[in-house]
Order: sequence, then structure tokens, then C-alpha cells
Amino acid sequence: MNIDYSKELPIVQGRLSLGELEDLIAKPMSEKPTPKYYIALAITLTLLMIGATSLGFTFYYGTGVWGNNQPVGWAFDIVNFVFCVGIGHAGTLISAILFLLRQKWRTAIARFAEAMTIFAVMCAGIFPAVHTGRPWLDGWLLPYPNQHGLWVNFTSPLLWDVFAVSTYFTVSAVFWYIGLIPDFAVMRDRTTGKVKKFLYSLFSLGWRHSHRNWQHYEKSYVILAGFATPLVLSVHTIVSFDFAVSIIPGWHTTIFPPYFVAGAIFSGFAMVVTVLVFVRKVFDLENIITIDHLEKMNKVILATGMMVGYAYAMEFFIAWYSGVQFETFVFINRAFGPYAWAYWIMVSCNVIFPQFFWFKKLRRSIPVMMVIVIFVNVGMWFERFVITVTSLHRDFLPSSWGYYVPTIFDFGILIGSFGLFFTLVLLFVKAMPVVAISEIKAVADGAQPTHHGGDH
Amino acid sequence: MERNTKLHGLVALFDTPDQIIHAAEKVSHSGYKDFDIHTPYPVHGMDDAMKLKPSKLGYVTLVFGLSGAAFALLLMWWTMVVDYPMNIGGKPFFSLPAFIPVTFELTVLFATLATVIGMITFFFRFPDNKHPLHDTPYMQQVSRDKYGVFIGASDPKFNAKEVRALFESLGGKQISEIMEFEKTWQDAFNPKFIGILVTTVILVSGGTYFTLNKLLYITPFNWMEHQFRGVPQEKSDFFADSRMMREPVAGSVARGHMPYEFKDSVAQPADPLENPLVNSAEVFRLGQKKYLTFCSPCHGNYGDGDSRLNQQFPNPPSLHTAKLREWKDGNIYHVITNGQNVMPSYSHQMTVKERWAVVSYIRALQKAKNASETEIEQFRKENTSNGN
Repeated sequence: MNIDYSKELPIVQGRLSLGELEDLIAKPMSEKPTPKYYIALAITLTLLMIGATSLGFTFYYGTGVWGNNQPVGWAFDIVNFVFCVGIGHAGTLISAILFLLRQKWRTAIARFAEAMTIFAVMCAGIFPAVHTGRPWLDGWLLPYPNQHGLWVNFTSPLLWDVFAVSTYFTVSAVFWYIGLIPDFAVMRDRTTGKVKKFLYSLFSLGWRHSHRNWQHYEKSYVILAGFATPLVLSVHTIVSFDFAVSIIPGWHTTIFPPYFVAGAIFSGFAMVVTVLVFVRKVFDLENIITIDHLEKMNKVILATGMMVGYAYAMEFFIAWYSGVQFETFVFINRAFGPYAWAYWIMVSCNVIFPQFFWFKKLRRSIPVMMVIVIFVNVGMWFERFVITVTSLHRDFLPSSWGYYVPTIFDFGILIGSFGLFFTLVLLFVKAMPVVAISEIKAVADGAQPTHHGGDH
Repeated sequence: MERNTKLHGLVALFDTPDQIIHAAEKVSHSGYKDFDIHTPYPVHGMDDAMKLKPSKLGYVTLVFGLSGAAFALLLMWWTMVVDYPMNIGGKPFFSLPAFIPVTFELTVLFATLATVIGMITFFFRFPDNKHPLHDTPYMQQVSRDKYGVFIGASDPKFNAKEVRALFESLGGKQISEIMEFEKTWQDAFNPKFIGILVTTVILVSGGTYFTLNKLLYITPFNWMEHQFRGVPQEKSDFFADSRMMREPVAGSVARGHMPYEFKDSVAQPADPLENPLVNSAEVFRLGQKKYLTFCSPCHGNYGDGDSRLNQQFPNPPSLHTAKLREWKDGNIYHVITNGQNVMPSYSHQMTVKERWAVVSYIRALQKAKNASETEIEQFRKENTSNGN
């Protein structure tokens, strides 16, 4: 347990050769699924069906089956949306920002985190799409010339959301696919099955590992990372504008954009750790996704957790310092009003529990980190709940105060979104390399020439 | 696919990154242009060893990123300022701060998509699954953990023996020849090809038409719009007379439309109605206005029966006859409401109040025509004392 942090740790442990690395990562794709895999898939598909049924009821009877009503017109739908988009942000952070910061350890987890980004954004997209009430008319969200002679309102934060989330999804998917092309080529040259060979050839586009291609490829990777970095910050900033541009006390705050971005990274890393702990165990990837990686992610969780804690404190301070009566009331009401239980779940999960990560032993202990990251996931869901519901349920007019209670359909759709997310994760780990094969080869020991130096 | 006997190039494999860097330096130094290095991952320092120029991919990104920004701003300016301006709290139609998010997103979208599509199509010439290097043991090994060098037969300096010797001197292993694939030309009028083309055209155009014109207007559940209720002017399956709009209950009186008691009675009622209006300047002004509009064309401006219609029509009577002056207000009202002889009813042109005001005005006209000297004197006195 004594690690010398002054030296860079080897990214791949266990002195694996390049071929062994490839065999290890490609193994899940060449083997038949085990009964355990089917059991896991059955569970996630059940959750997915619960969500599909709830959505069916919502389509059939309208959004009236939800608990939303005046004064809480936004509830689970927007809470889940922000939560899911937030989870997605860890993927882009790992793949783009850590890439630009030359954090080589990101290589082992980047592919998986990017996949989670895409799946999380898919889940997120469901909620606003359904909350429009008539989801079959969601095409009207896009500005296209139409017979109504109407255009969308480009000054509305909700429209910015349409652009931000769809751009984010497209760019993440493209970024992910670009990373996958050399790996598809690897799989194409490994596989023996005819159908698999055809599919991998199709998706590899005929990649030949030529350095004349690698040169442009690396350039494009830097460019995409350079765009994805401000993009990921912009997306959660715009999501926070959904709230901050309104005039509801508790929402109308300039701290929201950085606060939301920090929260997104916090919850996203927690989700990545939650899933990776299982994946590295189930697929024997402990030497590639090492405990050092998990420790580094736990450090990020600790840091962003404290940023979020700072934002909580600063909101209270500004509420008092501004002297605005309504603002002050909202925050006192959050901590001591009818939704105090939600507020204190949020504070304890997000601010108090991550403090255990100050201790190296706890940071490197799988059971401890498992408990803490699950608490963080819960806490971050409650953060969005607190922001949305407590601000709405008591605003300017005491005569229209209310108390929001979700219905079974609200929970059903939430469960369904988890079902969709984990189903996609399970399909992904069986169909594509969970770790970027060509990237992990490049950072293995002895993979780069000695006399040219590895400091490029 | 079959390979023919035409040589595409020679390949050799190396075991370590140091060896391949050395090999790349030597091959590029020997003056070969059509050569390539194949490595399972990008090897650092290879650009210099192969003497490659820096990638020009960034220019594609720059051009398309700027286009995205310009497109976004133009689109928002045209829609929000020109085509459909919306006044939002008096703010300017072109409100740049609110346009920044969409501009940024479209810049990123255009730039990244153009970079990737441009790289794959123009820089890589992909998709290319029919390259001679595919499906060779060479490709399978560089895909895994070996480092390969390739010199193409199309290079002007290419000489199979020299190249083989060069590879051997560098320590290359598994030196082998790569043969071209047998080219199979596809006829442009191949029925299969035309079939695919036509199918694609039909699917794309039909899909677009269906999406924009049908799919977006399909309402799976529409009972928020169409409810079980009657719409006036529509056919009803519920009522016997098939009319959705019902008639009022017999004897109903619409607001402000109290029926006239002596309607259609030609003879004067025995006990006519009383004028409900109290004389005032306002009543007289209303009466004057309506009298000049509806009555004066026949009866004359002062009720003398001397209008332009005289001699062209049965002469309208004067309103200053003894009979008229002795009539009660109700009698005059009855004639206005029901008409008399050739005079039609004015109940549709004038409200009840207006008809009574006309009666009051006629009374004032009668008074003015037949006032005694003392009354005129009195009137003058009152008016001068009021300062008029």
C-alpha cells in the first residue's frame, strides 16, 4: 500500500504484452455469453419494460398521470433529465479534457466512459421529449420551413437545450466512433466468423493502421477533444439556464452554470466508478482498469464534491447577503420546510460522505468506494430534485403553495431509464471493445521508441 | 475475391518500435515515395521519420466551424428579425447574447462533423475494404502487435530485388509480396445497381415526404383535441332533428329584446305605452340624430312633410297636424315601431330607447313650431339668465 506518487505509475499492470492486452480486451466479444450475463440482461430488460409500460400509460392518458401539477409543473421529468445529462458529462471529461491535459491513465477508462455518455444522453432525451405532452410532434422543436409559417424561438433556453443536447449527442457519438475505427479493424483481423467479419469490416471502413492515416487521425482526435471540452461545459451551462434564466427564487442565480458543471462531473464520475467496479471484475480487466485508476477517479469525486458543497454554502450566503426576502425564504424553506428530508439527504450524500476519500486506505478500498459512490449517485439525484421541486412548491404567492408527490408512473419512468442505460451498457460490453485497444497498446510499457522519447 | 499476378508491393514486419522508426527513416531516405508504415497504434516520432508534412485537417475544421457560426447567426437573424419578428418584452429583435448558445452549438456541430467526414472521405479515401493489403497475414499481424513497412510497386524507384535487399538489411521478417485483387468492373447499367439506386431514391424521398407531411401530423391519441361534445352548426346523431344547435325553450326572451306588446296591430292600441325617458339634453341629442337619419328623408328636417320626396311619392304627412299634436307619445311610438300605410317599421333600425328618444324629439319640434309669445319670452329669459 505504499505508493510513490512522485513517479508516474505504469498504466497497464502485470507486464502484459501487446498481444495479451488485445486478447484480454477482445475476450468478451469472442465468447458466448454466460448464464450470469443473461440473468443481468433479464434484470435490466425487466426494468426497461417497467419504464416502457409507464411511458405507454403516459402516452395514452397524457402527462396527467404524473404527479406534476400547479405549482410544481416541473418535477421528475426535468430532475431525471438533468441527472442523466450530468452522468454523461463524466465520459466527455475523461475522453476529452483529460486527453488535452495529457493524463495517460484516462486511456483505460475513456472508451467505457464515452459509451456511458452516449447512453446517458439517450436516457436524458426521453424526458423532455415526453414532457412536451404530444411526443409525436417533437419534430416541431427543430427550425425547419413549415406550412405553419412559424419558427422556433431562438431566445428561449428550452430551445438552446434542444441544440445543446442534440449537438452533444452527435459530437459524442462521432468522437466515440472515431476512437472505435482502429479497434473495429483489430476485431476484423482477429475474428473468424463470417457475419462478424462483415460487420467489423463495414464499421472499420477499411482501416489499415497506416501511419499516413494515423497522422490525420491523431490530429482529428486533438481537434475533437478541443471542441468537446467547451461543448461539455456549454451543455450543462445551458441546462442550468433552463432554471437560471427564469425569475423563480432559488433558480435565478448566476452560480448555476459552474455549479451544475461541477455537479455533473461529480455524479458522472460516481456512476463511472459504480459501473467500472463491476466491469473490471466480471471481464478480468483488473490489470488494465487498475485500482490506481479508481483511486484517481475518487480524488476527482472528492474535489468536485467539495465544489458542490461550496455552491450549496454560497447559495445560502447570497440568499442572506442579497437581502431579497423571497430568496432568503426559499433557502430557509429548503433546509427546514416540508422538503427538508430531501435537502438533508442531498447534503449528507454529496458533501459529508465523499470526505472519507481523504484517506488513502478508504480511497483504494473497493467496498468503501462502492458504498460512497452509490450515495453520491443518490445525493446528486436529490440535488436536482431539491433545486426543481423546492423552488417551485412555494414561490411568491402563498395562496398557490403546494406539495408535490410523485405517482407510480414517475417512478416507473425513472426505473425504466436505468433499465435502458444498463441494457445498453450490457450490450455494449459484449459487442465492442470496452477498452480502446489501439490506445491502450500505445501507452503500454515499451510501446514507444526509446531514442525518440515518449514525451511527444 | 481473387488475387491476380500483378504485384501491388512488398511488405516486411518488425518486432519493436525502435526498429520500425529506423526502417521508416531508411526507406524515406532511400527516396521511395509510395511507401507506408503500418503500426497497431500511432508510434511517436514516425512523422519525422517518414518526413510527413503536418496534417492540413485543421483548415477543414476552421472553414466549416466559421461557416457553422455564420449559418447560425444568419438563420436566427432571418427568422427572428425578417420572417417572423416577435416582440419579447421590447427587447431588440436581433438580441446577440441570446443567440450565442445556438451559434456556439452549431459551430461545434459543423466543425466536428466536417472534420470527421472530411478526414474519412478526402484524407483517407474511405470506405475502402477492397485494398490489396486487406485479408493478408501482414495486415493481421500489424493489427495485433507487429510493425510493418510497405513499398508500393507503383513507385518509380521500385525494384523487387532491391526492395527485398533493403528490407533484409534492416532486419525485416516475413518479407512477402502483396498481389492486387482481380478487379471486377461493375456495369453502370447493371440491373442490380440500378435497382439499388432506384430503391434508395424512393426510400429517401418517400421517407422525407412521409416524415414531414404525414408522420408529424399523425395523432396517436387525440382526445385532448377531440372531445365528446356538441359543436354548433355540426350534424348531430343524438338529436332527432339531426341538428346540434338547439332551439330555445318556447317563450324564452333574449336579453334586450323584449317583444313589443302591440306588434302588428294596425289600429292604435286603446291604452298606448308611456314614454319611459325623462327629457334631457342627452335624450334630445340622441333623438335628433336618429330623427335626421331615419325620419327626415320623408318627414323633412323639421317634421313639416316637405322633404325632397314631395310629389314623387304619396306625400308624407306633416308632424305638426292637430291630430299628431293631440296623440299620446305611445301613439307615435306605435307608428315608428309597427309602421303605417307606406311607412315601414323601424323596429329593426332603432332600439327601443332610440325610438322613444325620437318621440321626445318630435315633441320638441312640435313645441318649437307652436310656442306662444309668452313661452318664447320665458325661454329667452331663462337662457340669458343662464348666461347663454
